[in-house]
Amino acid sequence: MKNQPVQIIHHTADIGLRAFGRDLPEAFCQAARGMFSLITDLRKVRATEKIEIDIAAEDSAGLLVAWLNELLFYFDTRQWLVKKCDIREINDNRLKASIWGEKVDASRHRLKRGIKSATYHMLNIEFEANKGYSVSVILDI
Amino acid sequence: MANNWKTMIHKIDDVRWEIRKDFKDGMLVPGRVYASEAMLGQIWEDKALEQVVNVSFLPGIVGASMAMPDIHWGYGFAIGGVAATRVKDGVISPGGVGFDINCGVRALRTNLSAEEIRPRLEDLVYAMFSNIPSGLGSEGKLRISEKELDRVLSKGAAWAVENGFGEAADLIFTESNGCLKDADPDKVSQKAKKRGLPQIGTLGSGNHFLEIQSVDQIYDRETAHAMGILEQGQVLILIHTGSRGLGHQVCDDTIRIMNSAVQKYAISVPDRQLVCAPVQSPEGKDYLSAMACAANYAWANRQCITHWVRESFIKVLKKSPRELGLEQIYDIAHNIAKIEQHTLEGKTQTLCVHRKGATRAFSGGHPELPAIYRNIGQPVLIPGDMGRYSYYSVGTKTAMAETFGSTCHGAGRLQSRTAAKKGLKGSDIRHKLGQRGIIVKSDSMSGLAEEASEAYKDVSEVVEVTEKAGISRKVARAVPMGVIKG
Repeated sequence: MKNQPVQIIHHTADIGLRAFGRDLPEAFCQAARGMFSLITDLRKVRATEKIEIDIAAEDSAGLLVAWLNELLFYFDTRQWLVKKCDIREINDNRLKASIWGEKVDASRHRLKRGIKSATYHMLNIEFEANKGYSVSVILDI
Repeated sequence: MANNWKTMIHKIDDVRWEIRKDFKDGMLVPGRVYASEAMLGQIWEDKALEQVVNVSFLPGIVGASMAMPDIHWGYGFAIGGVAATRVKDGVISPGGVGFDINCGVRALRTNLSAEEIRPRLEDLVYAMFSNIPSGLGSEGKLRISEKELDRVLSKGAAWAVENGFGEAADLIFTESNGCLKDADPDKVSQKAKKRGLPQIGTLGSGNHFLEIQSVDQIYDRETAHAMGILEQGQVLILIHTGSRGLGHQVCDDTIRIMNSAVQKYAISVPDRQLVCAPVQSPEGKDYLSAMACAANYAWANRQCITHWVRESFIKVLKKSPRELGLEQIYDIAHNIAKIEQHTLEGKTQTLCVHRKGATRAFSGGHPELPAIYRNIGQPVLIPGDMGRYSYYSVGTKTAMAETFGSTCHGAGRLQSRTAAKKGLKGSDIRHKLGQRGIIVKSDSMSGLAEEASEAYKDVSEVVEVTEKAGISRKVARAVPMGVIKG
């Protein structure tokens, strides 16, 4: 588990992710990378373009869903793949981040599957003193 | 939760099972599952029964929280879930519709025989593949303005017909004539419209598909005849898609609103994905208006695709539309909430019927059905997986009495996507199907592996349960010949 920042949660119709991080920004970033690695091979994505993200939600779990769905929005409308992210500010209701990635290039990127949305089903954020944060989310495929 | 399904669920008869109201504190109605005993072990392991229990907590729910035999673990509602709430004091839950609002199926019949098109099958599949945008990130070939998109959201399939995509008769053979009247484009966010704009007229990805089929069984000649299904070997077309990113965004936007609504109206739900608001509240009404827009978008989408299917057949086979006889059998939604009248305990009530992976199955005599189907009942289209077969059924009086006029929607997944892919390669699947004469075209080989036959229940077992329970009646069966997977 140490070397695995993201685990797959098996779900019949959809796919879940459990992401780990020393702090919440790291866990959220890992969840984002985990989600995009379900869409394509992240090794082939370049961090050439930057987008600023500023989102709000009712609590930190809601923020996780809103964060992932915001990234899916860019994927849907701009065909944009996320390579890395820097969450600069996060509290219970607000998240500010920079994300780096690039537009899909059919000559280099093979898209594996689409993701409709992050869901609230089994949504969970846990903290353990020595281990840090683990965040779980089920994605509607 | 119980440690074994037998301690949780009680047998009513061979295909009906009940989770009693006293199983868990907070249940407002019992749970009812339509399944064979053999299916229950899998359904139990899948956590789907827990979701049937959770749905029974929704305020204003009547009858039972129901699961059709293709039930499997979803998010919030189980897929295959049916729940009706009273409009006057009950709730509407976007989780009871899902992200892909009005994901549904449309079937077309033809005058063609499988034998006749076999030599041109590959050309037909390729023509449709190039004519109908499919796959992940595919953009449509329709370029419309935001203003025009609002007209799509208001008018649904009729917008497509007015713009030259299809015929007026198609609308008659579409659930709700392809348009929900509550639609108000102002209730759809800019974000949702932005997602929807480039995707109109696209098949999408995942389990969405386009299939050329051949009829292999007819169970009821007279009813099949009314549906335009005349003989074995006749070619049919099945289109499965929904409201694309626009619907997903409407659901996401609404769940955020409903997160506050549950606090405002002091509603407690066991799963956050089940958040809801009273049907009559501003939040509930706004959702109904936005959902109607997404539903209309999906109907316009299937209408455009229908037109391109016809175009492809005309081009490849060089026959006139009249010779081809490519007419619509029916179009149904299987992720939707509808305001309907149902008789409950002898009284007519106005209900909000949530069908999440379930199909409307109105019986003969229902005023919403086109004249041609008024005697036989509403056609129910039940796609199986790409390696087996699909069923054409009709709604029944039992469905009206027991399931608010609903039945199953497909095979139902058996294996997770991740499990399905282990040991299976998309290219092998395509090769294996090819050996059986089934031509498959997909942009994504890995997506193909996730949709392998093995990942699904045998749809015939699902249909058998609906048959025994009497909630729909099978009319014909068709096998795949050519498949385009999104």
